[in-house]
Amino acid sequence: MKPASPLGSLAYHFVLLSLLAVGGANAIIPELHRVAVEQNHWLSNSQFVDLFAIAQAVPGPNVLIVTLIGWQVAGIPGACVATAAMCAPSCLLTYGAQRAWHRFYQSPVRLLLQRALVPVAVGLVLASGFVLTQAAGLDWKYVAISLVTALVAFGTKWNPLWLLGAAAVLGAAGWL
Amino acid sequence: MAELTAGDTTNPPAEAVSLGDLFAGFLQIAISGFGGVLPWTRRMLVEQRAWLNDAEFNELLSLCQLLPGPNVLNLAICVGARFQGWRGSLVSVTALLALPFCFAIGAGMLYVKYGDLTIVRGAMAGVSAAAAGLVIAMAGKMARSGIDGFRSACVASAGFTAVALLRWPIGWVLLGLIPVSLFLARVFKK
Repeated sequence: MKPASPLGSLAYHFVLLSLLAVGGANAIIPELHRVAVEQNHWLSNSQFVDLFAIAQAVPGPNVLIVTLIGWQVAGIPGACVATAAMCAPSCLLTYGAQRAWHRFYQSPVRLLLQRALVPVAVGLVLASGFVLTQAAGLDWKYVAISLVTALVAFGTKWNPLWLLGAAAVLGAAGWL
Repeated sequence: MAELTAGDTTNPPAEAVSLGDLFAGFLQIAISGFGGVLPWTRRMLVEQRAWLNDAEFNELLSLCQLLPGPNVLNLAICVGARFQGWRGSLVSVTALLALPFCFAIGAGMLYVKYGDLTIVRGAMAGVSAAAAGLVIAMAGKMARSGIDGFRSACVASAGFTAVALLRWPIGWVLLGLIPVSLFLARVFKK
């Protein structure tokens, strides 16, 4: 039951993904890759990786990868539809939930939910990192850049932009 | 805005933070949020504008991380709603998204135009690999507080294996894993 028009298709996929993004937009990268590259052939593998890199380098929430996929599929309208579809369901859910939250915060159920969901989110985000590393290319130099960036970003509080910039310079200089 | 004295736990009353304030605040977050917006959000909300105190911020953040969707957007919804109802939520989300949306499209256009140049290809390859590394680091940082024993490590590994290695659709993985994880969290203390 997939809609035929590109805009409808974007809306359909991203509305579903919005509610699956446990752990934020970075948790659903493998699914985005499946939908955009493998199923619908909206993007090539390398385009996907490039758009993700752009989304990371641009300031703002990391939902921008969805904006860029929509834009690639159907121009500005595609970007608008994809962003709205990705944001609206989870935003509505949050709006509904925040009213009851203050009372709920004290309850043992909240703690249980948190203890159950955080490890799930960790697994999903790690899976995203793995899929992105794979998609960026399995050449040892790329993998080394990914791992070194991961270690430095994990161990320091440096602004991640420096790491992206350093990798850009290495790449532009032709060392990768 | 009212001055908050040390130890004061009351946040500003609803009318103290207008729609304009919300717009300005989240716009500031949007444009300063290079490579992750969350630290900037805390800085703006708690340290600079004192709309929330530390405990309130943590309480809201835990909700926003629990719910699906981008955490920062969820936070904008909550903060907006607290001060100005649904209009506040709408204004905050718009302020957070509008400029980054334009930046992203602009960068996308440059990419389409110059993406085939050798030097750009090289730079993009480097940035892509580094961006993947940043996501791995993010998982590591989440694990520092979220993985506290054998149970949580098993749940995280199961999710990783299903999505990354087996490439199962995330919807089915969550449908299976969340109930199991709830059960395990109920049974095991650690």
